Amino acid sequence: MIEVKNLVKSFNGQKVLFDIDHVFEEGQVNLIIGQSGQGKSVLAKCIVGLYEADAGQILFDKRNFTDMDRTERSHIRQEIGMLFQGAALFDSMTVEQNIMFPLQMFTNMTKGEIQARADFCLDRVNLAGRNKLMPSECSGGMQKRVGIARAISMNPRYLFCDEPNSGLDPKTSIVIDKLIQDITKEYQITTVVITHDMNSVMEIGDHILFIHQGKKWWEGDRHSIINASNPEIESFVYASSFMKEIRTQLQKKAL
Amino acid sequence: MNLLKQFGKYILMLSVVFSRPDRWRFFRKHTFLEIDQIGINSLPIVALMSTFMGAVIALQTASSMESPLLPDYTVGFITQSSTILEFSPTIISLILAGKVGSNVASEIGTKRVTEQIDALEIMGVNSLNFLVLPKITAALVFFPVLVIFSMALSMFGGWLALLVSNLTTTEIYILGIRSFFNPFHITYALTKTLVFGFLIVSISSFYGYYVKGGSLDVGKASTQAVVSSSVAILIANFILTQLMLLS
Repeated sequence: MIEVKNLVKSFNGQKVLFDIDHVFEEGQVNLIIGQSGQGKSVLAKCIVGLYEADAGQILFDKRNFTDMDRTERSHIRQEIGMLFQGAALFDSMTVEQNIMFPLQMFTNMTKGEIQARADFCLDRVNLAGRNKLMPSECSGGMQKRVGIARAISMNPRYLFCDEPNSGLDPKTSIVIDKLIQDITKEYQITTVVITHDMNSVMEIGDHILFIHQGKKWWEGDRHSIINASNPEIESFVYASSFMKEIRTQLQKKAL
Repeated sequence: MNLLKQFGKYILMLSVVFSRPDRWRFFRKHTFLEIDQIGINSLPIVALMSTFMGAVIALQTASSMESPLLPDYTVGFITQSSTILEFSPTIISLILAGKVGSNVASEIGTKRVTEQIDALEIMGVNSLNFLVLPKITAALVFFPVLVIFSMALSMFGGWLALLVSNLTTTEIYILGIRSFFNPFHITYALTKTLVFGFLIVSISSFYGYYVKGGSLDVGKASTQAVVSSSVAILIANFILTQLMLLS
């Protein structure tokens, strides 16, 4: 479980996040949604410590991350897996080496154990046998799956995914979404997904936080978001004419 | 004010770079890779530059020797002293600032804009130490080798040019090379090389590491890295000469 308490962040004197209070539940896919430029990624980067919050607290299972020094944070970070928007694979390493890297860096596992773990992770994301490929030889979807394999290699307690579906076709997006959901349930980890993809919201959104103008605007689940009476959420959920058409049809049926 | 702020940020960066590596095995492996990348790969350009520059120094000196009072070995002596004192440590370092500096800044900058540095940080890796320390170590280890190699080739180039142009004999040239040789000049040259190597890699890493934006900004950072490293070399050259040769 990750708790965020009164989180504030500014850039060059301009406030980007205003007193965000939220709990990201364990064993659930927690979504942070909102339009572009509303502060979703800043919030996630503050939580993992890539940005320093101006005020507030971040608690990883009651451990106050904001008060920790670099070494203490390093220990927490070894419990965090992160899938980046562009996968952020190390371009000088093969797929297998990317997955092995954190294991070699932070564990005392033997070569055989590391190899077995890398094979297992690759198999888990349906990429068995692709060990020797370079990231540049992988498609966007494959890169995302390798990113997930690397993120879960250390058995993380917390998984962060920054727009996991950006640049992917709808079918591959669903594969990635399902993978994130399955891994979350299987290992009971606290997963935080930043997205503005409504398909993802409807597919995997167990617990949704809607950010608007840097503020916590709404929270709920994928069922309640459909009927949320908030105008900002409505304009986000029913942004396309296709979604508006679906809503009209559903309302007609209900009548 | 901005310059002072940047300098402070650079010093803070160095304090993080010079910490204990998370895994010595990775550090060793990366240092050898960097020696290959920064050092071995620079051998051809250093060889080419040194040979031709040595040849030109020798020919220019020979062409200016009109006074009958100057002994014949002067050409060898001037080639030796200008090569050891200035050409090999400073000019070669300026060339390496262009080659190595842009390479380091663009490599680290690309890692920054593609979020690879963020990925390292999220894993709990000290990214500055992991990426920059092996590069600095490789430069400190291999730049002196490059400069000694350059000194030898420069004097060889001078000899070859004079011989082909029939301006002196091998014996006289070697006599000139050995005349008034001061071993401290080698110490001075290698000290300068170490300082220049450190400046090139650390300044270029600084520009690469803190780049913001996309590929265009990586290009700009790479250019800034080369310019700043070159200016730093010139300033350091002046200070070290004052300190080591005149005090």
